[in-house]
Amino acid sequence: MRSAEDRVLGVLRWAVIAVAVVMTAGPLLYGMLLSVRPYQSVVSEPLDLLPAPSEFTVDSYPTAMGEFGLGGNMWNSLQVALVTAGLAIVLSILGAYAAVRLRFFGRDTVNVVFLGVYLLPGIVLAVPLFVLLSRIGLTGSLVGLVFVYTAQTVPVALYMLRTYLAAVPSSVEEAAMIDGCGRIGVIRRVVLPMALPGVAATALYVFMIAWNEYLFALLFLVADRDRWTVSLGIAQLTEFSVSTTVLMAGSIAITVPVVAGFFLAQRLLVTGLTSGAEKG
Amino acid sequence: MSRREDRDGRLLVAPTMLVVLAFAVLPFLAVVLFAFLDVRLVDIPRLYLDELDFTGENLAGVWASPRFWSAATTTVVYAAASSAGAIVAGLVVALALRRPFRGRGLIRALVLVPYILPVVAATTIWKTLLNPGYGLVNAVGTEWLGWAGPVAFLTTTSRDVGPFTVPVALCTVIAFEVWKTAPLAFLFITARLQVIPGDIEEAAQIDGAGKTRIFRHLLLPELAGVMALLAVLRFLWSFQNFNDIYLLTGGAGGTEVLAVRVYTELVVRANIGTASATGLLMTGMLLVVVAVYAWMLKRGKA
Repeated sequence: MRSAEDRVLGVLRWAVIAVAVVMTAGPLLYGMLLSVRPYQSVVSEPLDLLPAPSEFTVDSYPTAMGEFGLGGNMWNSLQVALVTAGLAIVLSILGAYAAVRLRFFGRDTVNVVFLGVYLLPGIVLAVPLFVLLSRIGLTGSLVGLVFVYTAQTVPVALYMLRTYLAAVPSSVEEAAMIDGCGRIGVIRRVVLPMALPGVAATALYVFMIAWNEYLFALLFLVADRDRWTVSLGIAQLTEFSVSTTVLMAGSIAITVPVVAGFFLAQRLLVTGLTSGAEKG
Repeated sequence: MSRREDRDGRLLVAPTMLVVLAFAVLPFLAVVLFAFLDVRLVDIPRLYLDELDFTGENLAGVWASPRFWSAATTTVVYAAASSAGAIVAGLVVALALRRPFRGRGLIRALVLVPYILPVVAATTIWKTLLNPGYGLVNAVGTEWLGWAGPVAFLTTTSRDVGPFTVPVALCTVIAFEVWKTAPLAFLFITARLQVIPGDIEEAAQIDGAGKTRIFRHLLLPELAGVMALLAVLRFLWSFQNFNDIYLLTGGAGGTEVLAVRVYTELVVRANIGTASATGLLMTGMLLVVVAVYAWMLKRGKA
């Protein structure tokens, strides 16, 4: 016999799940549907979500990529995000290994500094970074952006990697050390292979942050259209009167790589992000 | 600790430290310096360390400006409402998805999507959804829900709804932030729920305790810690959020938050000094929040 309370909650539960799915997946689906309809029909029939077979068109995609330059922007973003992910991973593996395995003077200070960087407002750092980088001529270059992104993502990458590295049994490392491996050798030959899935998930996360970033791209690159990243590119297009269907096509195109990567590495990413939450 | 371990540890952390010092710590010190300088964007090429004009006017000017305080109020409302909303939404969904069913894994992954979406893609889609001319929300509202006319969600400062005056644009950017960040709260709360031992709950159930009572007396106390942590982290992040508001409204319609003010001072007014002063005051406010949280943690433990 179920109580009235249980019955009400049982119904509510499914209602919550349904609303959650519509709210979270709905906007993305809406964007996809608009991107394959002609602009005229979107404007005249906003309630017809499904494209009629006769009006289905993917023309907005080549228009967004070619005419409005998002293809080139994607190439810029890809380079920046890949280099950032590579740099952040190399730096944070070394740092995370030290934080997990080694006791050294100043370890706690280092942790506090990283936490501080993590909490410092990006917009506040943006002011001096903009000034300093224009002083040394690094604004308007993707290199400056890579350095800023690396500094911003290393603390969180280090935090995630710590969880994965802590899971590697230290006995294996000790054996390798006795066999004559140096510290770097141990990290490269023992720790890295064993923690590889976690490292890949962290790299993906950093890649996603760099790919999605907007503020610094806006500050550093806005004057130089050839160097725009995808986020900046789409944001700038919304300022001109570019048709919605093209904007939707662009938004979906820059989202697909991120969502695909996320679904591939979902389980690992989730454990890395929420480690520590269990202790709450 | 052995000397070799000490040396290795420092060497391994050194490269990270270097990048972080150069691109985060040093810039922060520069903000403190700039806040006391009379310096504009055009002065940058002629900016040398040995000829700086110090002034207290930036901080004094910002402190005396009503626009700064109205932005500060907006920021606090925005950050408090969106973190509370995100935590409640995350909690409700986490509870609804607590017991396994077919397809739960997929739905769990699906509800995380807003969090990983590129912010520019998310705001572009939302702007289209809310568009007064052809957006779905206004189409549904006027066609099916009997709205008198389309609502310009992103530019309307306030609107009378019955006896209430609703700050429409502010509520919209808060809704966006809740939508975008609730997945993180959901993740953290789910992770915590998974490690709550089931036996006490079963015992309570056998003793006839209803689900709401179990939630209030068993689950909620267990979740309090992680929810407090989330509240602080979300507040800190929403407090400094620039992208979402700038991309959605540009700070119009009563949504000008401190981060947007810093940007306006820097880019539109080209005044590095006042931008830094605003940023410095903003950081000071964040530090107060962190200090209060640390103090509460300490008192809770004692």
